[in-house]
Amino acid sequence: MRDLSYNAVMARKNEIMKKAIGIDYSAFESGGISFDYERMMCEAGYSLQEIQKIQESVSVGNTPLIELKNISALSRKYAPKGNGARIFIKDEACNPSGSFKARRAATAVYHAKRLGYKGVIAATSGNYGAAVASQAAMQGLKCIIVQECFDSSMTGQPEILEKQRACEAYGAEVVQLTVGPELFYVFLSLLEETGYFNASLYTPFGIAGVETLGYELSLQAMARLGKFPDKVVITHAGGGNVTGTARGLLKAGAKNTEVVAASVDLSGLHMASDKAFNRKSFTTGHTGFGIPFATWPDRADVPRNAARPLRYMDRYTLVKQGEVFFMTEALALLEGLERGPAGNTSLTAAFCIAQQMKEDEIIVVQETEYTGAGKHPLPQLSFAKKNGIELKIGDPECEIPGTNIILPKDPSLIKARDFDLLKAKHSYVKNCIGSLNSKHITMKDLEFIVEDTKSDQKTILGFLNEMDIKVL
Amino acid sequence: MQTAIKGDWVQIHKIVLEPSERAPQLPGDTKKVPLEMWVKGYLRQDAQIGDSVEVETTTGRSATGKLTSIYPSYSHDYGEFVPELQAIDKLLKGILFPEQEGGMK
Repeated sequence: MRDLSYNAVMARKNEIMKKAIGIDYSAFESGGISFDYERMMCEAGYSLQEIQKIQESVSVGNTPLIELKNISALSRKYAPKGNGARIFIKDEACNPSGSFKARRAATAVYHAKRLGYKGVIAATSGNYGAAVASQAAMQGLKCIIVQECFDSSMTGQPEILEKQRACEAYGAEVVQLTVGPELFYVFLSLLEETGYFNASLYTPFGIAGVETLGYELSLQAMARLGKFPDKVVITHAGGGNVTGTARGLLKAGAKNTEVVAASVDLSGLHMASDKAFNRKSFTTGHTGFGIPFATWPDRADVPRNAARPLRYMDRYTLVKQGEVFFMTEALALLEGLERGPAGNTSLTAAFCIAQQMKEDEIIVVQETEYTGAGKHPLPQLSFAKKNGIELKIGDPECEIPGTNIILPKDPSLIKARDFDLLKAKHSYVKNCIGSLNSKHITMKDLEFIVEDTKSDQKTILGFLNEMDIKVL
Repeated sequence: MQTAIKGDWVQIHKIVLEPSERAPQLPGDTKKVPLEMWVKGYLRQDAQIGDSVEVETTTGRSATGKLTSIYPSYSHDYGEFVPELQAIDKLLKGILFPEQEGGMK
């Protein structure tokens, strides 16, 4: 009888993962910090044309690009004369499961089926669960979704409870857990028990699934406006949205488009805390994922994460919870588009960034997500109030995550606050060195770090010098 | 006491890890409580709420735990009325369409 204890299952992690993903990651390793990222994406993934075919066969993608004329007009009221870019939104809620995650799930489930797996498992409390469940239903595979859902009083985040319902509506089994990173142990146990495929968010084919999003929006902008977008704003959590979209932009030839990431600022709230769990009003798209995954992508449930956001980000901005709820109201009220709050994180940043751009420039918000019971400003704010969070109308600058939510009293108060990317890159290098346990790195490692952080050698050598690390 | 019969759709609960078995890196408040799990499935034998039971899940897996609910339903909704949101709506309309009813006075 196999030992199913925590320690025994965690010790079998590599063996379980290898069986559940079917990728030999060691083929891309070079023995140190570096690995061959592009070869991994090419050999273990699919080409853009293959992904387009797969997604088309399950009605994923080709979502409309909508100009937000009224929100653009509102933004211009607070911009210097001649400023105020045209804001467009890619209505990803039109995908079968109601979010861009259908793109990732379509390829993961297709791949699982092609390799002969009978089912798929994903560990997610977000839209990805519904996406995998929906794709498994379409492609005829079984599906288990593992969610972190409740605190110790069995009180669940309304947003997550809605996603549980959606997964079950698509026929999936949902395993719900209380707060804690040992979710990974349950996930591994289920992979081992069922022999299903690990539909991880972070595989090469999952990330390649998002490339079509960046590719489509570039071509839509070109066809309609005669140019590529000047900026694309991307809600950032685990890094796949940024990575896939940016790679798609590059594949379309939009090399000068600025890639702007945006997360909801939840600083100060511990993500593994039982008490803090229900004191946040966003369960994804926030800094609790955004910063750790940017500064150490290989923390994921696969040996090498295909989502490497620092490789592609030109700018990383933070917005407040109250600002995102405000913009969610604005999108419904001024544009007639009722969409889920978490997906509007990038819209909130774009509203402010547009004011820093010229009137004839184009800024694209690259996603929306579905809305419904639980996943809507009303239940999310009601839930916050019930948990003792104060809801105010005032200056969002004074918002303290877990204490209050401040809806802006005036749209001019909505800000995209720049997170210092140099600081993120520094943390990334520190994490690389920490994983190495050596005072030396190779020239190949240095080149890899430069590429993986979109930096130059001088910057990285400066960090290494400070950490007393030599390049051989 | 509520009784469920074999074949009923139910929810079960299980302690996955006791506080003493939890991962070392956890914050203090989480370390004090167990890791708990809830799963739904078809009951394999007649039972009462609180009994240790076995279910068959939608993927055909067997799972065991204590019976917590029979025909579990969804309880999330649109929450309560939030006057602050209504105020935001009025503000937005007032700025962009001041001529409309509900505009800023």
